[in-house]
Amino acid sequence: MFKSIVLVKQVPDTANISGKVMKDDGTVNRAMLPAIFNYEDRVALEFALQVKQKYGGKVIAITMGPPRAADILRECLYMGADQAYAISDRKFAGADTLATSYVLSEAIKKIGGYDFIFAGRQAIDGDTAQVGPQTAEKLNVPQITYAEEIIDIKDGKIKIRKKIDGGFEIVRCKIPCLITVLKGAAEPRPFQAKRIMAYKGAKTLMELEKMTEENSLLYIDKLLHEYEERNLFIPTLTADDLDVESERCGIKGSPTKVHKVESVVLAGGNQEMVPPTKDGIGSLIDRLLEDRIF
Amino acid sequence: MHNNEVWVFIEQRNGKPADVSFELLSKGRKLADSMKGALKAVVIGHDVKSIASQTFKYGANEALLIDHPDLKLFRTMPYSRIMNELIKKHVPRIVLFGATVYGRDLAPRIASNTRSGLTADCTDLKISDVKYLGKEYPQLLLQIRPAFGGNIVATIITPDVPVQMATVREGVMEMHPCEKPHKEKITEIPYNPIDIDGLLEIIEQQREESKVNLKSAPIIVAGGYGLGSKENFKLLHDLAHAIGGEVAGSRAAVDAGFVSPERQVGQTGVTVRPKLYIAVGISGAIQHRAGMQEAKKIIAINTDPDAPIFDICHYGIVGDAAQVIPMFIETYKHKLK
Repeated sequence: MFKSIVLVKQVPDTANISGKVMKDDGTVNRAMLPAIFNYEDRVALEFALQVKQKYGGKVIAITMGPPRAADILRECLYMGADQAYAISDRKFAGADTLATSYVLSEAIKKIGGYDFIFAGRQAIDGDTAQVGPQTAEKLNVPQITYAEEIIDIKDGKIKIRKKIDGGFEIVRCKIPCLITVLKGAAEPRPFQAKRIMAYKGAKTLMELEKMTEENSLLYIDKLLHEYEERNLFIPTLTADDLDVESERCGIKGSPTKVHKVESVVLAGGNQEMVPPTKDGIGSLIDRLLEDRIF
Repeated sequence: MHNNEVWVFIEQRNGKPADVSFELLSKGRKLADSMKGALKAVVIGHDVKSIASQTFKYGANEALLIDHPDLKLFRTMPYSRIMNELIKKHVPRIVLFGATVYGRDLAPRIASNTRSGLTADCTDLKISDVKYLGKEYPQLLLQIRPAFGGNIVATIITPDVPVQMATVREGVMEMHPCEKPHKEKITEIPYNPIDIDGLLEIIEQQREESKVNLKSAPIIVAGGYGLGSKENFKLLHDLAHAIGGEVAGSRAAVDAGFVSPERQVGQTGVTVRPKLYIAVGISGAIQHRAGMQEAKKIIAINTDPDAPIFDICHYGIVGDAAQVIPMFIETYKHKLK
């Protein structure tokens, strides 16, 4: 029996950025970006679910993000997670990887009792691959990054095949530990129809609060109680729920600052267009031969 | 005040130093000079004194050597613990790591422990005085990298922490030996294993020397997602074979499985400076351009006349690769006869 905590993130779909997303001053209009479940985090969840299938236990997905990140927590429940936690607070906004790992590590301590923490190797919005190792350091547990395959778990140790530059390593690591997972390591299972039916109405605290704002007949305490009874409440951890120092959270706790953002201006002007004909390409090759490129 | 030291973590694999570490020493030398500080190399491993000696060729003032049988292979726990202790003791102004699998495993762990700022995959590093939120910061490290799908280039700073950290991919900085190396000064630092260092053991390690060496290829034929299929990538192999080049790909092409990851050119792949770079079906996102724009000559072949790649190429051909490439090969062979 193993308890796994999976770190998941909702990310802007940077692969599908259209022109409109860029403001005139060259900054990104995040509200315009479609938000998706970071793929490698889905692979990490799949790893955790496979561990549960084989050895028994529990899978808990957690995300730190704005209220709309609740979407991916529901998706975790659709895939098979036993429980999901939203970690959300205005104080957490603007966090870089250091401040993020601080809050995540405090949330993990609060949940407690874990054997494994799984996470995607990196998220596509920054590609930094930093939050996993930074969280492991704060929890003082060993880490295995770039995991490709879980070979076995026995005698309190997990054996994993992981990628290294130019090859692979087989490592054995004492539990508890943090594992970051590569894209190709597993195929995330599809959402299960039964679970979609069961959890599509699951809501976080912020979502319930929003319902009460929109409908004066609803009261938060009553609503909360009702959702808890129906097993549809996604627990939400705010700064008050966690034992965090506010100077280490969000923008305050983030040492990296964006000093300047430039939209990309292409130099251009020097290029010569070559017609896609035999003559055109022939004279291009002549030029390259003259310039001793060939 | 700060000591203005620049440190470079020297990565070694089976006792062989990684190129990226010497590239970073060359860059680190320049950064240290502009702050009038010292450049130090941190070498961790077993029987690696010769690697420590080599760092002086690339500008180091001093090498910190931690040599112990338990440190032969890279393992996160002992390596990060050693770095954490050294950094806390000496508080260097800048620490640089190669953005390799090991470097990306190690650097965040250290940044977390020392609460330092860390910027991944920088494409340029500079020292500059900065005014930020009304405050003057002398001699900050500007950490420059593309962001948000390549639509923007961001300059990141870490103004309020003592140690500034960055990772850089292999090939981004140029390696050049110093004309007048400093006198060798190797400081050996003892290593005392503790329990936590042994929580992870390496049972097996397999590594193949990569047969692909894009960095030294004079001609590169690279394909993008625009080629549409792995089959179409064969055209590139034919062209590379005919003109004596190596095949590479954009990240989108690698993600689509058209070409293997070790052939990826760009910010998160390899940076190349060949004599000739032929970009086929590559739109030219900035992450890709970061890895190839210093090629001496660039030919772009694309069906979309508005593709940004045409703005940075020297020769542009608007056309379908399936027609243009065979024509290119045929004409080339004919010319050489």
